[in-house]
Amino acid sequence: MSSTEFLIQGISKAFELIFSLNPYILSITGVSIKVSGTATILATLTAIPLAYALAFLHFRGRQALIALVNTGMGLPPVFVGLFIFIMLVPAGPLGFANKIFTPQAMILAQYILVTPIITGISLAAIKAVPKPIIETVYTLGGNWKEAIIMTFREARFGIITAILAGLGRALAEVGAILIVGGNIAYTGSVGGIGEGASYTRTLTTAITSETSKGDISTSIALGIILISLNLSINMLANFFQRRG
Amino acid sequence: MEELFRVENVCMAFGKKEVLKNINLGIRRGEIFALIGPSGAGKTTLLRILNLFEKPVCGTLIFNGLDTGKTLRRRMSLLFQTPVVFNASVFENVAYGLKVRGFDKRIIEKKVVEALNTVGLPGMGKEKARMLSGGEAQRMAFARAIVYDPEILLLDEPTSNLDPANVANIEDIIKRIRDERGTTIVIATHNIHQVRRIADRVGVLLNGELIEVNSKDGIFTAPQDERSAAFIRGEMIY
Repeated sequence: MSSTEFLIQGISKAFELIFSLNPYILSITGVSIKVSGTATILATLTAIPLAYALAFLHFRGRQALIALVNTGMGLPPVFVGLFIFIMLVPAGPLGFANKIFTPQAMILAQYILVTPIITGISLAAIKAVPKPIIETVYTLGGNWKEAIIMTFREARFGIITAILAGLGRALAEVGAILIVGGNIAYTGSVGGIGEGASYTRTLTTAITSETSKGDISTSIALGIILISLNLSINMLANFFQRRG
Repeated sequence: MEELFRVENVCMAFGKKEVLKNINLGIRRGEIFALIGPSGAGKTTLLRILNLFEKPVCGTLIFNGLDTGKTLRRRMSLLFQTPVVFNASVFENVAYGLKVRGFDKRIIEKKVVEALNTVGLPGMGKEKARMLSGGEAQRMAFARAIVYDPEILLLDEPTSNLDPANVANIEDIIKRIRDERGTTIVIATHNIHQVRRIADRVGVLLNGELIEVNSKDGIFTAPQDERSAAFIRGEMIY
């Protein structure tokens, strides 16, 4: 079988798996969305106030914090995974929590990776709001709270783009969650899902394991779903960027 | 005319650069007072001090019958040289000052429509503000500045970026606001012809110093300072 035929066969089987709503594929997709979605929500709740503080407050260590955020935007995921692994293993400082190889550990890893990205892009969007806009709020009788709300309104498309960029990064991430999540799928039937329901297996980690097992069609199916999700997110981000 | 506010011995510096020196000035209720002078004379800084944006290094501002602080700022309005446009509809832009003051929705609608009519933008409430031309944007900014009937309107070279038709339009609006609402207006400009057309009194600023305050007729017919006379003649007075 030529490599082209091999690929075509893989793609056709992949579409079969997707359109038949294969429980294994669905459970992996569900875990991916749940883990990355939760991490992005938590990161957003931290990143937006942090971006505002960095944009408007002048405090000691502000420049150092900005430098830290900028560095954090390029953090190597495997390093984050290793760090959290060391913290969460039974012998580690947070070992008592018994959270290694759980979705919570994966959420923590993605939270650390995504927070600087959302903070950095949001900060740039907030700082891009022209100073006269804020001054006009004051000239029209507004106070600092109204100035912050106005800044959010003016920077909203940039902030939404930041959140979507964070979500995209979380969904595509593999190194950290592989280390702290363990790529675990159940053996036997669990919750009616059937053989191989995912516990900490995500689209990205499943692609690595399915490929190493030689199940290329499943890998391609997972890849198509992953690319579709990221493409949708990027199209949304692009839409908001154009509106901004 | 009753004096509405007074600037006493005000000075201002940015770092080591002194931008206003010992300014003494009284503004009368209901007048159009023009602050003239070349670029960099300190006109904008003085307006920003009047709007309580900048705290002067020395001196005081005394407002006759007006409180200080936030309450006072809510009774005035400052219009910038370049129109500032919020990323929203024309209606939302104009309504902003009213919403901040907690006006009722119906009153907001009524006042915004009135303000848009006053500045010659009737029926444009639904337009995206960022799609307006320069002249329209400045008129919208004007509507936003006057919609809540401020007692004091501070204008920082509001027509410097506009074509002659829009300049005439804005000047007409300024005069009508003063005549119909009794608003006290301070306008910073370096356009001598504009001063002749709309001002009641004039103050000449040069290098941060208020070198003369005179009536409109006085400044054109019998200026008290040779440097004012030179500025009126269109000569360089740096």
